[in-house]
Amino acid sequence: MINFSYTRAGSVAEAVGAKSKANGAGRFIAGGTNLVDLLKENVERPRQVIDITRLPLATIEEGPNGGLRLGALATNADTAYHPEVQRRYPALSRAILAGASAQLRNMATNGGNLLQRTRCYYFYDVAMACNKRRPGSGCPAISGQNRVCGVLGTSDQCIATHPSDMCIALAALEAVVRVSGPQGERTIPFAEFHTLPGDTPQIENTLAPDEIITAIDLPESPYAEHSVYTKVRDRASYAFALVSVAALLELDGDMVKSARIALGGVAHKPWRSPEVEALLTGKTATKENFLPVAAALFHDARGYEHNAFKIELGKRAVVRALQLATKGTASIRDVNGQTADA
Amino acid sequence: MNAFSESDTAGGSTMTALPGKSPVKLTINGESTTVEVAPWTTLLDLLREYLDLTGTKKGCDHGQCGSCTVLVDGKRVNSCLTLAIMKDGSEITTIEGLTGKDGALHPMQQAFVDCDAFQCGYCTPGQICSAVGMIKEGHAHSDDEIREGMSGNLCRCGAYPHILNAIKQAYAATEKRTAA
Repeated sequence: MINFSYTRAGSVAEAVGAKSKANGAGRFIAGGTNLVDLLKENVERPRQVIDITRLPLATIEEGPNGGLRLGALATNADTAYHPEVQRRYPALSRAILAGASAQLRNMATNGGNLLQRTRCYYFYDVAMACNKRRPGSGCPAISGQNRVCGVLGTSDQCIATHPSDMCIALAALEAVVRVSGPQGERTIPFAEFHTLPGDTPQIENTLAPDEIITAIDLPESPYAEHSVYTKVRDRASYAFALVSVAALLELDGDMVKSARIALGGVAHKPWRSPEVEALLTGKTATKENFLPVAAALFHDARGYEHNAFKIELGKRAVVRALQLATKGTASIRDVNGQTADA
Repeated sequence: MNAFSESDTAGGSTMTALPGKSPVKLTINGESTTVEVAPWTTLLDLLREYLDLTGTKKGCDHGQCGSCTVLVDGKRVNSCLTLAIMKDGSEITTIEGLTGKDGALHPMQQAFVDCDAFQCGYCTPGQICSAVGMIKEGHAHSDDEIREGMSGNLCRCGAYPHILNAIKQAYAATEKRTAA
């Protein structure tokens, strides 16, 4: 870990000002669960760390138009166990609880969850090339150990995935990210927050360097009764997703009024395809109708040496998640999306 | 802005003054302590290297094993991923602080002894602090919930079944005490 100076921001304006002044060499710190790890690995080498934990951004409160506003500094644990999140946005609660460990969820904040970095082995190993860490140095993952890497939206520069579970549910719920910067406040629709690697894998989102996330707005949701987060991983708990699916259905009897499907573990950002979701509109909620949707979601997928299995696994996870969502939120027993009768 | 230490970033200079140490006031196991630490000192290193509270263990040092688990303001966290300077004003409870002033073991400690819930013992302080935190969180109602809630604490000896038994015993004792 390199030596850095430490400042504690007393207001959002102070935090933004300090980040601006640090000229790219400053990092905000809140939960620290990802940043401190990256500091220890020398992946992050800031001159200044700006502590934002004393800012008044930890509340969860009613938002505009029947929605809920999640403070950027509310912890993942406080968010997942919040009665209104559990009641109105059960897939979000499940997704958060499917991620990390209880200790980490007690520390990690909502804003930080959005900004966590990939767990691609090569990004983490400073002895290796990585276009994300050192632009232009190459991507050893493409022909290397790529089991954990992506199969959708990859580029010849980077095949890393976004590691978050929470963000997959937020993408499905079409959350809105509220940010503050020197020019004031603005909002970013979730689909436009994270970016694909393209030729600039070092850029992971559309947040400006001197902007800070202040809250995440959840719009009113008609999906609470049929919301699922299914996660497939190498061990039963405390592992990153190989593939995960947030599936939300609005049903009229057994007919689908609308559907939302977001995929995790497969791309540089939470993966959605609204035009594919629309294929389900007006159809009955059956496996026969789910299968072509799953196939369409992975139509453009490209597997690499050690992760091609994610394509078939992903399709099956989508069908399973949609079947579980049809059955209903209440039928799901645990954080892996298993049902009581499974 | 409360600047604890200044680095020379003016004019894009590559010369950076070594940030100094700053005082951090903590209440550790009920006792108020002020320690001078560098910004990059973790809570784990502060406990072990500055205060000689070596009950809290350094396993992976990356938040993956849970052996560094302590309670900060009543909540279980990984002390290896916590910068000490950020916890100024907090209350910390470590494994040393669970024991009563008269030396009596905490019910969770006693349950680990009763149930033989360890072999080498290295992960045990973290397991016990984590279990105490979990019961406080109120999500320890079934074997599955306990296993899931304790998944952030690895035991490479594989004492998991006995750890589960110990937590259930301590949980039952806690419930009984609360009901009484």
